[in-house]
Amino acid sequence: MATFFNTILVGISSGSIYALMSLSLVLVWRSTRVVNFAAAGQAVLSTYLGYEAMSRLHNYWLSLPIAVIAGALISALVESCVMRPLAKRSKGTAVESIAPVIATLGILGLIRGVAGLIWGNTFLQYTSPLSSKGFTIGHTTIPFSPLNAAIVIGAAIVLAIFAAIFRFTRLGLALRAASFQPEISRLSGIRVDQIRTIGWAFAGAAGALAGALVTPTAYLSPNSLDLLLVSGFVAAVIGGLESLIGAVVGGLVLGVGFAFILQYIGTQVTFSAAFIILIIVLFIRPQGIFGRGGSREA
Amino acid sequence: MTLIVDHLHVQHGAITAIEDLSFTIEPGELVTIIGSNGAGKTTLLRALSGLIPTASGSASWNGQSILGRRAEDLVRHGIVHVSEGKAVIPELTVAENLELGGIWRKDKADIALATSEVLELFPRLGERMKQGADTLSGGERQMLAIGRAMIARPELLLLDEPSLGLAPLIIEQIFSAIDALRERHGLTVVLVEQNAISALGIADRGIIINLGKFVTSGSSASLLSDPTLRAAYLGF
Repeated sequence: MATFFNTILVGISSGSIYALMSLSLVLVWRSTRVVNFAAAGQAVLSTYLGYEAMSRLHNYWLSLPIAVIAGALISALVESCVMRPLAKRSKGTAVESIAPVIATLGILGLIRGVAGLIWGNTFLQYTSPLSSKGFTIGHTTIPFSPLNAAIVIGAAIVLAIFAAIFRFTRLGLALRAASFQPEISRLSGIRVDQIRTIGWAFAGAAGALAGALVTPTAYLSPNSLDLLLVSGFVAAVIGGLESLIGAVVGGLVLGVGFAFILQYIGTQVTFSAAFIILIIVLFIRPQGIFGRGGSREA
Repeated sequence: MTLIVDHLHVQHGAITAIEDLSFTIEPGELVTIIGSNGAGKTTLLRALSGLIPTASGSASWNGQSILGRRAEDLVRHGIVHVSEGKAVIPELTVAENLELGGIWRKDKADIALATSEVLELFPRLGERMKQGADTLSGGERQMLAIGRAMIARPELLLLDEPSLGLAPLIIEQIFSAIDALRERHGLTVVLVEQNAISALGIADRGIIINLGKFVTSGSSASLLSDPTLRAAYLGF
């Protein structure tokens, strides 16, 4: 029984990271109808910048907000310099819906290549001061560690801030309105182009936090966040792609699911398990847990 | 504050949607643009509100050219367009849809005042503030769309087929509300309609267009009493 609860705890920790990446993908999908493969590249670049900040400041906690801000800026740049002009250029052509997606693959490759040139294709250590050795309760050591706790708390704080912005501010209303009905939004005076860039910035911040939180449990290399991207997609699909709450719940469900697979089956199947879960969800409930068939919700 | 449209041309690809259209609307006038499906009515409003580009000609409001400007900027100059088909955002609540109308404005006190005026005019919206706009009836959605526009404090209100798909009794309510708003705020209104009788019932003047071209214009009474026009364009 203890193992069961420990597995859930560990699952929630990795699930909060998937939730952040899933949120990043859903924010972009909602605002621009683009499946953003570049999210993994953007997050890797911001994590490298976090790594640089840490090697100068020698403080992981200071490097986190730097990585997050860098992630927001990178994402805003990708949207305003590549995606927006491309959407205008390809409008009305046969490749209108696919060109932006292909472009995100291109950006992913480009960022990986540039990161490889700057930092090399070696594994770097971007470590947190927190122990990844589990807490000890009485005489037993559980797998849930202080680092896991920090991940859950960090993700929860950022998700709460996002939720408050989306729910209670004018900016949040503009972001939601522009993603649902761009034309009505423009007629209401919302500068939809700017709002989309801000939406991408939020997405970039979420992805950057995911990257900076997950990397201390592993290592940093130009493609070290690829599995995170896959997990984020699976979580987003579980959550229904449209719903921000769904993105978070999808991440947590996937994290706990992975933890059980790791605990009871083994590490060698996790990567394939992500795809198997994805396909099962698509077959059983293609609109996801929070999707409502044809319509959309906040 | 006069709306002057002069030799306007609008293209939809190879098709000329608006051809050499000229008219003037005086301050405080309520003018209805009448024409059958495909006459170019919606295109005209979309061009005036900055949603689509124009090919040539000019249009000015309040002495300033309005062509080539973005819809989101024209709203800030008092030109507010309620687009076709119950233009609300179903995924948001009624209160949020109304809030959108004033989202660019700084004067919070006046937004609150404008909102209370809208709720006074359309009490049914007040009862449904926390509901999703997707739960509203067609008539309520149209009220919400007009209400949102009013919170922007328009000077020129462009209305695209507010009667579309509504029951006669509801149409009557919507039209009397438009009339009341015009009286109260000294609005200039351009009302695009296929429902010519109802529209001419509240309008000062009508402009008839066909296949993107000007046909005729005149007072509501004179248009309604012309049997040739009635048969050809008004459909009754």
